[in-house]
Formats: sequence, C-alpha cells, structure tokens
Amino acid sequence: MSATTANPGRLDPEIRANKGKGKSSDRVLLAVIGYTLLTILALFCIFPFILIISSSLTEESSIIEHGFKIVPTQFSLEAYSILFKYPADMLKAYGVTISVTLIGTAVGLFLTSMTAYVLSRKDFKWRNHFSFFFFFTTLFSGGLVPWYLLIVNYLDLKDTLVVLIVPMLMNVFYIIVMKSFMSSIPEAITESAKIDGASDFLIFLKLIIPLSKPALATIGLFIALAYWNDWYHALLFISKSELMPLQYYLYRLLGNMDGMRKAMMQSGVAMNLDIPTESLKMAMTIVATGPILIAYPFIQRFFVQGLTIGAVKG
Amino acid sequence: MKNYRFFSDLKKYRALLLMLTPAVLFFLLFAYIPMAGIVLAFKQFNYQGGIFGSPWNGLENFRFFMESGDAWRVTRNTALYNIAFIIINNLLQIVTAILLFEVAGKWFRKVTQTVLFLPYFISWVVVGAIAYNLFNYDVGTLNVMLSSIGLGPVDIYNTAAYWPLILIVVSAWKALGYGSIMYLAAITSIDTEMYEAAEIDGANIFQRILKITVPNIMPTVIILFLLAIGNIFRGDFGMFYNMVGNNGLLFSSTDVIDTYVFRSLTTSNEIGMSAAAGFYQSILGFATILLANYAVRKYDKDRALF
Repeated sequence: MSATTANPGRLDPEIRANKGKGKSSDRVLLAVIGYTLLTILALFCIFPFILIISSSLTEESSIIEHGFKIVPTQFSLEAYSILFKYPADMLKAYGVTISVTLIGTAVGLFLTSMTAYVLSRKDFKWRNHFSFFFFFTTLFSGGLVPWYLLIVNYLDLKDTLVVLIVPMLMNVFYIIVMKSFMSSIPEAITESAKIDGASDFLIFLKLIIPLSKPALATIGLFIALAYWNDWYHALLFISKSELMPLQYYLYRLLGNMDGMRKAMMQSGVAMNLDIPTESLKMAMTIVATGPILIAYPFIQRFFVQGLTIGAVKG
Repeated sequence: MKNYRFFSDLKKYRALLLMLTPAVLFFLLFAYIPMAGIVLAFKQFNYQGGIFGSPWNGLENFRFFMESGDAWRVTRNTALYNIAFIIINNLLQIVTAILLFEVAGKWFRKVTQTVLFLPYFISWVVVGAIAYNLFNYDVGTLNVMLSSIGLGPVDIYNTAAYWPLILIVVSAWKALGYGSIMYLAAITSIDTEMYEAAEIDGANIFQRILKITVPNIMPTVIILFLLAIGNIFRGDFGMFYNMVGNNGLLFSSTDVIDTYVFRSLTTSNEIGMSAAAGFYQSILGFATILLANYAVRKYDKDRALF
C-alpha cells in the first residue's frame, strides 16, 4: 500500500527528468511529441475559461449578432456593471456559500480528524469493527429516495441552512486518507503523553493535530472545495431564494433568465431596461467561480502534495 | 467473564468511544437508516403512512420499472459511459503523467500541471455554463466557428447522437489533472537505479518507458481500474444533470440510473418506483464491488479492500 511513499530510490522528479538529458535522437523525438501533446492538452483545458471570460466582456448586441467568440469584438463591461449595480441576490448567495463553506469545513475537518485519530490508534481494540462500520457505507446504500425522505419528512430540514452543511460533514474517503496519515505518526508520542497523564482527547488536540498539518490542509481544502461547489443539496432541498448558495443561484440563472429579470425588476431596475442576458450569464459564471480562480494558483500545490501523500491508498 | 471484560473495555476506551460518537451517529443517521428505507421499494408510498406505514405492494414497483422499458436503457447507458470514462480517462492520464515526467522541464511542468488541474476545481454548474457557451444553437462558439468555415449550424441540444462524444470529452477534460497527478506520484516513486541500469544497457527512452515505467505503474493502474469498475453502475449525477438537465430529447443517449431516479422522485413523483430503481442500482453496485474486490484479491492480496 505504501509503495508510493516509502521507496528508497525515490528522487525528486526535477533532478531525474533533467538527468543525462543527452541529445540522442530518441530523446529529441520524445521531447517533440511531449511538448506538442502537453501544450495541446493544456490549451484544451484552459480554452473554455478564456471563452467564458471573453464572452462576459463582449457587448450583448455583438453576441446576438455574431455569437460567442474567443476574442471579444466589441468590448463591454456592461454585464458586470449590471451584476454589481444590483448585487442584492448575488451577495446573499455569496453570503450563504461563504457561511456554509466556513462552518462546514471547520466542523467537518474537526470531526473527520477526530474520527481518523481514534481509528489510527493501534491499541484501540475495536478499531477494525468501527472502520468496517464506516467503510460499509461506501459499498451499499439505501439510495436517493429513503435518504431524501429522511431529510425532508422525518428530520424536517427542507429550506434550512443545516441541510446545506450537515449531510456533507463527513466522507469515508477523507477519514481513510487522514487515518493512514495519522498512522505514520510514531506511537511513542501518544504513549509518552499518556504516561504524563494526558487524556485521549488532549493528546488528539495538543499533539496529533499540530503534527497532522499537511493532511489537515489538504483534506480541509477538499472539504472546502466540495462546499463551495455544492449545488446538489440546494437543488434537492432549497426553494427559498435567500438560502440559495452561489452555485445553485448560477444554475437557476443559467436555466431561467426570466426569473432573473423579475428579480432584478424587484430590486429596482427599471421595467424597460434591456438586460444583456447572454453576457450576463457568462459574467455570473465568472463571479461564481472567481474566488477559486484567484486562490487557485496558491492552493493548487497543497492539493498536489496531499494527493501525492495519500495517493492510491483509499 | 466475557461480559465483565466487555464492560472493562468500555470503561478503558470511554474517551475514544466518546470521540467516535459524532461520526457513528452521522453515518447511522445518513447512511444506515436510509438503508432500512429500502423497504420502500416494496411499498406503495403515501405521505400519511411514510416509509414504514405505507402498504406493501410486493414487486409491483420493480415490475413497473422493468416494463417501462427504461431499466435497460439507463443500465446500458450507465455502464457504457463508465466503461468509456475508465478506459479513455486512464489512458490519457497515464500518457500525460509519463510525458510530464519524461520531457517537461521544471517551469513547463509546473505551468502545464497547474493548467491541467484547473477544470477539476470548478463546479458542474460552471461546466454546464461552459457547455452552453460552446453548444448553444444561436450564439454558441461551435456554431460560430462552423459558420466561419462555411458549414451549417448543428443543433447539439436536440440531437442525442452527439452526446456520448461530448460527455466523454467533458469527463476527460475534468479528470485529466487529478488523475495524471496520481500517476505522476506513482512514476516518481519508481527506483531510479532501474533507469540507470537500462541506460547502461543501451535502452533508448521509449524502451525505458515501455519496459520500466509502464510495468512499474501497472499495480496502481490495475487497482484504480478495479476500484472504478466497482462504481460502474453509479453515474456522475452532477455531470449528466448539468450538461443535459431534463432534456427529454436526449434521454436515449444520456439518461443514467442516477438521473432517472432523481427524475422519478422529483418531477414525476413516482416514489415507490424511484426507490425500486435506486435499490436495483445499489444491488448491482454491491455485486460489482464484490466482483472487483475478488479480482483484486486474485491479483494482489494486500491490495484488496476486504
């Protein structure tokens, strides 16, 4: 299982890839193929983002006449200015998403790591029983319908903020990744703290958490990303507009510009105002993705590290 | 005696057990209790009776699901899409990982990796918006491009035949970065001495890739394949729903079990049949996971899930 992490021959890819890079023809050929293919793939991955950014910056009339284009023919900030002129709904959606993400990540990360810690304790007699109890839920499930009815009819959580947070708090895969990270912390640390009279919870809080920072950062980012991008729980359980998270708000807007128009009229836009529907959709997409796009270059390396640590362990 | 020991253990582990309590309650509530709700598949649901008070109706829900003709369509679509995703995505990710490792210089690799990983971070709703931008009949980029080279517009959102290709490409696009990093991690951990030995023996770079890199990442590849096969009857709801939505014209080639269950629950209110279809999916999924696990055991005992 740990073949990927503990290998004596492991060497930094930078060093290895550059090592002995001769001029032999096979290397040149591979370099040509490699750079070409990777460049094509990279363009393929980035192209759609360029497309929506430039569409959001294009004059509406130009879109209607000529369609979306890669380079804006008639540059315009109108879509953004409308979004920001009447930002009430969007700000509400932002507020919901930010609170859900903050609360969900904090609580979820705490519960995930606490559970993982207990399961990583080798002296805990029932750890395999409990591991199976959690793991089994990934093998078999009751399906959407009983889960839905439980939440709506029995727990009565429809149209609450709770329903956007609680069902996503824990994920077996994250518990497993965290557990395998914590298993690599030497047992001696726990033992000596115990001799000093520290309780299990204190050991977790004061020793294990500080030692698990890389895993906490990675899993925390994964949980945060899942909350930020969640629209599914809102699709199922939210009908009140003030509880709509950002992604669901975007989803509604994409599908239903008329609803958007109405909302804008209510929030004070003149009745006869021509709303630039197409560019507005794209501008809203950018705004909903914005923080991720901005934070992305900085957080990306944590994901890579975390993936490399926990890779192929689940 | 045995009982006595149990209670003393209970006391010994009380702090750890207390720490496990939130997670146990969470999974009990959101995973195990819904499992009991499977009985719904055998009932005629009404809101007064709820899950447990509604009258039984035997296999009626299943019969209805099977006879509607949808069962075969959604099962076939779910399985075929997942098979295509598994094969194409993994191949592409492996090739990308090898190339990133073998040819790219530091700077180029960092930039490429960052760019390739970007699609993984955005929600399926945003992917839906991107699809709209590309495929919309009137203003979509694809039709703009087609008309600029003198071809007529294509009506993507009304033509079922285009969707298998589109969904496969979108899936590859979103998963490429994540998967290639997993494989890159596996490649990075290969013992360098093997490469050095091969080089001394005069192997060229292609031979090294084929004879050393590929065989060495095979265990990772096979495990990821088998795990993916265990999920072959689970559709990616976010993807299908945001790309296709409730567009009935496309169902013949886009409807998967997950979207079908969702639709029967929310739009047509066929709660019993929806539960039956969900149950059918769970059983199929459970059986394939057992089979995949059996295959993993045969291949490498240590890597089996259980």
